[in-house]
Amino acid sequence: MDRALNDTGQPAAARRPPIIKINVLAWMKANLFNGWFNSLLTLVVLYLLWKIVPPLIEWAFIGSLWTAAAGACQQSDGACWSVISHNFRFIIFGFYPYDQHWRPLIAMLLLFGLIFYSRDRKRWRKSLMYYWILGLATMGILMKGGIFGLQPVETTQWGGLPLTLLLSVFGLTAAYPLGVILALGRQSTMNGVRRLCVVYIELIRGVPLISLLFMSSIIFPLFLPEGVTINKILRAQVAIILFTAAYIAEVIRGGLQGMHKGQYEAADSLGLNYYQAMRLIILPQALKMVIPPTVSILISAFKDTSLVVIIALFDVLKTSQTVLSDPKWMGYSPEVYIFVSIFYFLGCFSMASYSRKLERELDTNR
Amino acid sequence: MKLYKLIAMAVVTLFLTTTGLALAAGTLETVQERGSLKAGVNGGVYGFSMPNDKGVWEGLDVDTARAVAAAVLGDAGKVKFTALTAVQRLPALQSGEIDVLCRNTTQTLTRETKNGLNFVQVNFYDGQGFLIPKDLGVDSAMQLDGATVCVLPGTTTEMNAADFFKANNMSWKPVVIENTSELNKAFFAGRCDVLTSDASQLAAQRAVAPNPSDYKVLPEIISKEPLAPVVRHGDDQWYDIVNWTVMGLINAEELGINSENVDEKLKSNDPKIKRFLGVTPGMGQALGLDDEFMYRAIKQVGNYGEIFERNVGPETDLGLDRGLNALWTEGGLMYASPFR
Repeated sequence: MDRALNDTGQPAAARRPPIIKINVLAWMKANLFNGWFNSLLTLVVLYLLWKIVPPLIEWAFIGSLWTAAAGACQQSDGACWSVISHNFRFIIFGFYPYDQHWRPLIAMLLLFGLIFYSRDRKRWRKSLMYYWILGLATMGILMKGGIFGLQPVETTQWGGLPLTLLLSVFGLTAAYPLGVILALGRQSTMNGVRRLCVVYIELIRGVPLISLLFMSSIIFPLFLPEGVTINKILRAQVAIILFTAAYIAEVIRGGLQGMHKGQYEAADSLGLNYYQAMRLIILPQALKMVIPPTVSILISAFKDTSLVVIIALFDVLKTSQTVLSDPKWMGYSPEVYIFVSIFYFLGCFSMASYSRKLERELDTNR
Repeated sequence: MKLYKLIAMAVVTLFLTTTGLALAAGTLETVQERGSLKAGVNGGVYGFSMPNDKGVWEGLDVDTARAVAAAVLGDAGKVKFTALTAVQRLPALQSGEIDVLCRNTTQTLTRETKNGLNFVQVNFYDGQGFLIPKDLGVDSAMQLDGATVCVLPGTTTEMNAADFFKANNMSWKPVVIENTSELNKAFFAGRCDVLTSDASQLAAQRAVAPNPSDYKVLPEIISKEPLAPVVRHGDDQWYDIVNWTVMGLINAEELGINSENVDEKLKSNDPKIKRFLGVTPGMGQALGLDDEFMYRAIKQVGNYGEIFERNVGPETDLGLDRGLNALWTEGGLMYASPFR
């Protein structure tokens, strides 16, 4: 490309790059100390960091104990990570029989493997569905046992990380399609269907998840006939699915309403029937449009699974809390909660970053 | 509002009574057919019911349930434990989700009547007490006028403390903290003068102090908390079985029978022991069980004294003395009716 010409018709003199790009001090002056107010803010922030970060590092790493016994921890001022290392297997696997821990471990690795494999959209073919069915069946057999010489393990003994993953993976995957159906139902021209969906969505959205969990675990069993008890995990799982679906339905309805009327008319003029129009034209665009709010709902639903603590299901948060009621380990709550929050952060962050990737890939307006 | 309340109450009562009636027949048969006992426990109280670091249930309540399983099914291992919260525990029993509730539940009048439950023989006498730093210079709870008191919110603990200070014309300032470990921290950091809780818990809380010898428990116990296993109303046979199994654990200690000497005691000439262990038949049959039911419970789980020592006694992290839970012959309240 030709160099730009100035008024005299001569090439402009080469200019030096802006000074803030080459000099740290200049960059600081331009960004951190441009004016008395920003300078003051910078100083305050620096002071706070200086006050907080070194003691935190001192506590978490330098003065901390990683494998010491409980007695040694009481003498030390640093973090006592041994509360995690000593109880690690209980926190992760809960009541699952101790010598059978390899089974949930393999099941979880299988799940992570499948999720990782499914990241790439090029692999979203029919075969992937078969992999998932096969994988889920294997996980079920591993966890439940009873065949192939595996010792049977009751679902009441499932706990810890496998339970959290079970509740969230199944909760989210089942809630999403249900939410789509509800959203379409609410838009439907059939009066009965529409009313039903509106009532369902508003009813579920009108109560907190905690009350649904309480209903499922306390009131619901009283209504069942004698001798019939429905699995506690299943009851909580259904409550989570019903709850999340109502929220997803409303987000998707937003997407459906955001579609231009012309799209519906175009589908009609092509002679597509309702299902074809929805499947081929409307939903692909509407769902893509609402990826960010959908993902926020999925993320909050993932975190909400920890509410099963209140109905005494031992998910990973509850097993961690249980450790804290042992007199040996009482008082190390920061360590335990930091550990649990790292786990939840990893889960939420990977969901968020995957959704951004998906958005970029599906962006047809580039 | 009034009508709404009335309808709600009618519905609840209807369901409670119908389910209660429906379940009236044969918990024993159900349990034996199923081959396992379903027991509701707390799940988060060290020494009473809590999983250890291998995920195996341990505690005084847990062992009580195991003794019932040994008596009824012949195997103390055949118990399925369900952890229950305070709100869940009574409905879980009413709906038949569990067969017996061993979850440090205080026996009260309304729980027996309104909730349609039966409490069996008490397996732990607890009561609320006060923990103070020694340098407060106080020897009695009567000297606590004007004290700041750390307490958990919304529990009977809070109400008991309020009653106590009011009844004795003393002022107090509650410091209410939701979570036990945070409560402990606040107390040990000096945010309040006194920590109040059940006596069984105070010992554990004192044990986690930075310097336990700086603290002491005051002698006053301001509330009665008889903790007992619970069964449903309406199945008298099952009530008898659970009741007499717990009584049996206490009787065994009184008779000097424990898990180690129980086989020798089979040869004893004492008619009381013979009846108890089923050498002289009759006791088990009267309950609808076989005559060796107590032999198995003692052999597999141990007598009450052994259960106490193993889970909450001086050798454990809780380090409780027998106190009220000693046998009546040793100055405690554990007094079980005779097997005859």
